[in-house]
Order: sequence, then C-alpha cells, then structure tokens
Amino acid sequence: MLAVVSVLLGAMVGPAGPTWWRVPLALLDHLPVLSLHSGVTPREWTIIWDIRMPRVVLASLVGSMLSLSGASYQGVFRNPLVDPYLLGVAAGAGLGATLVFTLNRTGSSTWIIDPLPLSAFVGGLLAVFVTYVVGTAFGGQKSASTLVLAGVAVTALATAVQTFVLQRHTDVVRQVYSWILGRLSSATWGDVRLVLPYVIVSSTVLFLHRRLLDIMRVGDDEATALGASVNRVRIVVVIAATLGTSAVVAVSGLIGFVGIIVPHAVRLLAGASYRVIVPLSLLMGASFLIIADIPGRVLQNPSETPIGVVTAFLGAPFFLLLLRTKQGTR
Amino acid sequence: MTSLQFSEVGVRYGRHDALSNFTDTVKPGEWLCLIGPNGAGKSSLLRSVAGLAKHSGEIRVDGSPLRMRSSKRRAQLVAYVPQSPVLPDDMTAREYVVLGRNPFISHFGSETKHDWSIVDDVLKRLDLTDFSHRAVGTLSGGEKQRVVIARAIAQEAPILLLDEPTSALDIGHQQQALELVDQLRQEHGLTVVSAMHDLTLAGLYSDRLCLLHQGYRVVSGTAAEVLRQETLAEFYGVSARVHHAEDGTVVVIPYRQGSSGN
Repeated sequence: MLAVVSVLLGAMVGPAGPTWWRVPLALLDHLPVLSLHSGVTPREWTIIWDIRMPRVVLASLVGSMLSLSGASYQGVFRNPLVDPYLLGVAAGAGLGATLVFTLNRTGSSTWIIDPLPLSAFVGGLLAVFVTYVVGTAFGGQKSASTLVLAGVAVTALATAVQTFVLQRHTDVVRQVYSWILGRLSSATWGDVRLVLPYVIVSSTVLFLHRRLLDIMRVGDDEATALGASVNRVRIVVVIAATLGTSAVVAVSGLIGFVGIIVPHAVRLLAGASYRVIVPLSLLMGASFLIIADIPGRVLQNPSETPIGVVTAFLGAPFFLLLLRTKQGTR
Repeated sequence: MTSLQFSEVGVRYGRHDALSNFTDTVKPGEWLCLIGPNGAGKSSLLRSVAGLAKHSGEIRVDGSPLRMRSSKRRAQLVAYVPQSPVLPDDMTAREYVVLGRNPFISHFGSETKHDWSIVDDVLKRLDLTDFSHRAVGTLSGGEKQRVVIARAIAQEAPILLLDEPTSALDIGHQQQALELVDQLRQEHGLTVVSAMHDLTLAGLYSDRLCLLHQGYRVVSGTAAEVLRQETLAEFYGVSARVHHAEDGTVVVIPYRQGSSGN
C-alpha cells in the first residue's frame, strides 16, 4: 500500500510536466486493458515515463537493496548499528569513482560502457574482498569481530588514498563530492536494467536466508550447537549483500542512513524476526527512498538537493527518536 | 534411551590442555554431574560434545562416533544449554523456542505446522504459554532460564547438556529449574550431563558426580562417595564440613577456619 502510494507520489511531483492529478490517469491509460482520457500531452508523457519513472524505479531498487543488505549485515554481525557499507563497500566504491573522475572523464565519453559505475562497482567489491582475506587470515576463530575490524582498516586505507588523490586533483572535488552524496537525478531505464539483475539475485539469496538469520542471533556457539553452519551462512549473506550494495552504489552513489534506519523502523513496527524484517525491509526501503527523493527535486529548483542529504536529514532525527524509545522500554 | 561414551577425550586451546584423557560412560537415562573448581575442564567437556570445541579421542552416542555426524545430525542427538545463553531481547519466546527445531529443517526450508505444534506443546508443558508472545528481554531470570530449557527440549534430542544451569538463579528458581530438568528427564528418558558449582544441589539431583581437576578426571561416584571433606579441601582448597542427612542427602557447609570449633 505504502509502496503504491509512494510510486504514484514519485511520478506526480517534479518541477516540469503535467498537473499532478493527471499523472495517475495517464499511467492507468497506458495499462493494456484500460483506456482513459488523461489530457496528458505526448511531451508530458515523456517527462513522466522517461524521466520520472526510471528515477522512481531506480530509487525503489536502491532503497530496497540498501535496506535489505543493512538488515542482513546487522543479522550476521549481531550489531544493530551496522550498515551495508561496513566492510568497505563505500570507501572502495568512492575510491573507484574518484579515480575515474581524476583520470580525465572527457576522454572516456567514447567508451562503450560508462567507466564510472563499473569502477565504483569493482572498487566496492575489491575493498570487501580485501577485508575478507585480511579478516580471515588474521582472524582464526572469532571471524565476525576481526572481519569488522578489518573492514574499519580497509575503509580507513581507501579513504586515505582517496583524500590523497583528491588533494592532487582539486578540480574534481566538486564532482566527487556530489557523487558521494548520492544522486538519482540522472537515472535512466539503462541504469535500471544495469542493477536489476544484481538486486534480484542478491535479494533472492538474502530472502532464502531469513530463517537462518534468526538463528544467527543467538551467537555463533549456540547457532552451531543448533546445527547451523554459521560461517557458511555468514559468508554467503555477506557476498550477496555486498554484490547488491556495490551494484546500487555504482549507479546511485553513496546514499547514507537508509541501510540503518529502515531495518530499525521495521523492527519497531513489526517485530524482531527476520521472517518479517526481510520482506518488509524490501518494501519500506523502496518506499522510503522514493519519498526521500521527492523533496530533492523541488527544494532548490532548478538545481537538485543530493538525496544523501535528504536521507541523512530525515535519518538523523529518526535515529535519535529510536534511541529515545529504546531507552524508554528498558 | 541413549548412552554417551567418552574415550580419552582431550581438548586443547593453543598450548593449554583444558581437558586430558577423559574416559567415562554415561548410561542411558543417567544424570551425570561434572564438578570441580573453575578451569577444571567441565565446560570444555560439554563443548566438545556439542561440537563447539575440537577434541582428540572419541565421543560415541549409542556406540557410534559423534565426529562422523553432520552438525545437523549431531544437533538432533545433543541439545546444549550454555552457561550464559544469548537471548535476543526483542525476539518473542515462541520465536526463540522454535530455533530449537533447526536440526529438522532443511537449509532453506521453513518450519512446518508440526514444528510449531511441538513448540507450542513445549511452551505449554513448561508453563510458558502466557509468555509465548512476550519479548524474551522482558522476562525475569527464572523465566528466561525456562525459555532456554524449552528451546533445548524443542530440539527433541535424547542427550541434554547443561552448563551451569542455575548459576544466575536464586535458591527457589534453582530448585525449580532442576526439578523441571529431572521431570523432563523422566518423561523423555533423557540422558543428562551437567556442570554445576553448587555441590549440594549437584549431589541432590544427579545420579552420579564426576570431579575434574586441571583437566583430569579425579574421582567419580555417588554424592556420598565424592563429596568428602578431604577431597574438597584438596581440590577446591576449601574449608567445608560435609553433613550426611538421614535421607541420604549430602550437604556441603563452608566454614571459616578461625570461627569454627574444629
């Protein structure tokens, strides 16, 4: 229900285009069986279908993927403050993107594929891979905590390299900065096609693990004693969540807070079992990001407010509220 | 009913031998209680049966080696209640107890009606029905302990391992918890191995005591045989009188050296 409303809202609001109430009519008109007179001109339809809709669809994919990954990471690491960027995805992708910006992007416009999402994707995956190799090589038994610490180290390292590169190329700081804050403004159906397979595969794998994520909550020892293969579950979940996160980060930049606040909102509203958290995180994550994307379009018209700013602006107060209610129940 | 045999079981953490050459047989339906000072190897022994500690030697369930089993199959045979269980605060008691059904559910499967009916049945028998939709974080210490035992019972394993099941409870709840275990043992024909610090309770509830010291098995037998003043002084370094009540109960009473009449 919320998801449907938010999709409609996302399609209705924007600086240009038809009057808002005509949009749902136009969408209904384009369904195969229905024929309605919506009064929307072909030019306006283009705005709805080719500019707003890809943006809405991409926002829903990004939002649901980040929320689901966040929920899964929180499950396998048994830490409620963990987000999908924990193991270095963000820093790796940021470094990848920075390198593309500095290596003269104009020269790459003739390339077949845009190198920006590609290098961000590879950077994110590579960072997590390094984290994993380092974490397990030094970790031994307690792999969960050493993995997190390795993630912190890799993040610091990648951020340091990124800062160093940026210092030497101050001309691209603005571009990198706007990438880091996240953007959905340039979304096309091509972007949607690019990330959709990853989101589907990753969500399916995580969805299948929802019962096992509940078992992980009692700790490695007890989960093992209950017959669960703890390390295998953790690795598979981390791989799936990382793959999905890297893919969406590659097209949308680093959108913060979604991966933390949406799973927590679901927990507060619907309970603590991953049976509920996994599917609801998907839906609420999608709705949240579509809605969060709306103020960005109109606040600073004609320029855009980065969506990362909006999510953090909504996210931070929510987080404080969450902490307050948690304190209240103790 | 199921027997549990240990032959020369040893557990090492790095260079430290936590348990050496432990050999014993727990008879079907027997309650064996491991006693001994901190660091004697009681927990290591329980953890090796639960598959949480690598061990040398052989552990057999009804004659067949446990190490050959998959972790799922092992969990169908052995249920383990750790010293301080992790209870996810916001999970409901029912959601928590159903985790015990994991050994019977395929990797990506989900609980069947049968699993849920077993869970509800266990909750009912342990007087937990009223709590089944409460978050476990809101339960009292005694209720939490019952929920953890409920999870182990839902596992339907013939062998139950309890590591310090009563250490966090007051004297009333200690008794309740142990009575519950004993009752379940009778009903289900469980074989129970527990580690306990309270020697009087250990003697009261178990069939047999086994004293461990620095990883070695020192002595095993009934409470009257094991709980002797000299033994306690030697291995616990404790000044305690042992009182044999008329009904056969062995009571261990600590005293202060100076203030005692002896």
